[in-house]
Amino acid sequence: MRVTPDEVRQVAALARLSFTEEELAELTQHFDTILTYVDKLGELQTDSVEPTAHAVAVSAPLRDDVVTNTPSAAQTDALLANAPSRKARFFRVPKIIE
Amino acid sequence: MSHHALTIHQAQQKLRAREISAVELTQAVLTRIQETDERLHSYLTVCTEEALAQAEAADRTLANGATPPPLCGIPVALKDVILAQGVRATAGSKILEQFIAPYDATVTQRLKEAGAVIIGKVNCDEFAMGSSNENSAFTPCRNPWDTDRVPGGSSGGSAAAVAADQACAALGTDTGGSIRLPAAFCGVVGLKPTYGRVSRFGVVAYASSLDQVGPCTKDVRDCALLLDVIAGHDPRDSTSVNTPTPGYAAHLEQGLSGLRIGIPQEYFIEGMQPEVETAVREAIAHLQGLGAEIVSISLPHTEYAVATYYIIAMAEASSNLARYDGVRYGYRASEVEDLGALYQTTRAQGFGSEVKRRIALGAYVLSAGYYDAYYLKAQKVRTLIRQDFLRAFEACDMIATPVAPTTAFRLGEKLADPLTMYLSDIFTIAVNLAGLPGLSVPCGFDQHGLPVGLQLIGPPFEEEVLLRAGYAYERGHDWRTRKPPL
Repeated sequence: MRVTPDEVRQVAALARLSFTEEELAELTQHFDTILTYVDKLGELQTDSVEPTAHAVAVSAPLRDDVVTNTPSAAQTDALLANAPSRKARFFRVPKIIE
Repeated sequence: MSHHALTIHQAQQKLRAREISAVELTQAVLTRIQETDERLHSYLTVCTEEALAQAEAADRTLANGATPPPLCGIPVALKDVILAQGVRATAGSKILEQFIAPYDATVTQRLKEAGAVIIGKVNCDEFAMGSSNENSAFTPCRNPWDTDRVPGGSSGGSAAAVAADQACAALGTDTGGSIRLPAAFCGVVGLKPTYGRVSRFGVVAYASSLDQVGPCTKDVRDCALLLDVIAGHDPRDSTSVNTPTPGYAAHLEQGLSGLRIGIPQEYFIEGMQPEVETAVREAIAHLQGLGAEIVSISLPHTEYAVATYYIIAMAEASSNLARYDGVRYGYRASEVEDLGALYQTTRAQGFGSEVKRRIALGAYVLSAGYYDAYYLKAQKVRTLIRQDFLRAFEACDMIATPVAPTTAFRLGEKLADPLTMYLSDIFTIAVNLAGLPGLSVPCGFDQHGLPVGLQLIGPPFEEEVLLRAGYAYERGHDWRTRKPPL
């Protein structure tokens, strides 16, 4: 095995995911299959190759720093309507400071 | 012919001649959905009332006498990762089951401005992650040609709906083949435009350096018409490219004379279904007969594309999907004690297993100690794959390959082993890594009556030449007259 269930659990926690023991065993197996497969990239000599992040050259276009979208009350309501829990015009979350 | 079977360009003519009304057309499509969708599950949301209201508005425009906008009164379906204001957008996920889009995606806005009727939101793999549609958190969409088989993924609902005449056309998204594969499996036309050609604003992100919105249509002319509407620069998507669009539908009939078509040896592999190879080779011979020159080319890094893709896509997915935290929108787990548990439980309950697998693997390849070995390595191989294509395009104007090594497979057949499923995309994935346009055109059927797809790949921003070739091919065949047995 390339990874242990504990390592998978750790990386899952970093990604804010949790798994049951049974799921973890299966996921570890899948990690192993997939990581073994992608190891074939090691066959290629890439020391002098530049990495590609975007296939089409993209720059970061700038615009003037002005407000372009002042939301109407209806738009704010539409956004807040998707909140799983809200109070007035705020999102509600569990207490984070004791 | 029943109204629901009309292509965009046929419907355009009949609407403008006032032979049919937009309301009649929309009603015919709604009835067709009602009659067939219990078997297909193409739709996650049908916008009956909104669609009929939009059709009434289209009828008023058509009655005006002035030239109507290009898609006036035409029913179009949207993959459920594309936002339409006021309509639910689930991305095929439980975590967004109740999410109502507060605004239109740029492509939706462009469709509306062109007069289109948004008929509904179609099924897909959860967050567009999948090759079969079986990862839909709701119910898998079925292939109209054989409902025991998958429609392909992830835009399975888009392709199935168009094949089954449940929409005149649809939009999908393609990150590693997600428009072209379902188009091939369902016998319709699908285009993945050049990265940056179409805005991604208002589209639920999967892997942002690969995602692209594109048309799924009944024929190549419709594909060009739809691309004309959605393509173009959008200041709200910083990766959208500011180069003019040539007017795709206007150049369809220019023919193939003098065009060089490259055939990569790496795309005709052992183990592919013999009928697929035969159909694709016949299609290539047909293009040659129309005046194209066939040249042999090589794309030597083809065998590394799937591995490269999955590392990059999973890394980008793990980053993109961090936003689903149960705070501002989407599902939130109940009865959790603190914020950490809120995140973990919400995501554990809200995401399906394939999505969690990709997020976890993405976090792994990005983590300290593995970043160079996996993520950086994949980005470097991505460069090699892209260079393969750019070199090949010095010797040819486009490349012809199969879309997939097989026709549509059965539900459940590849579910147990994720890697087997990933290999369905073996012929489509490199195109996304290189940011190129790719067109899928029906080119025959296998012995079970399942459609086969021909893929045409072009240099960046050369959609026009692909559509021209696809159109020339399509005119010489009558595959389109065959309809799925529904």
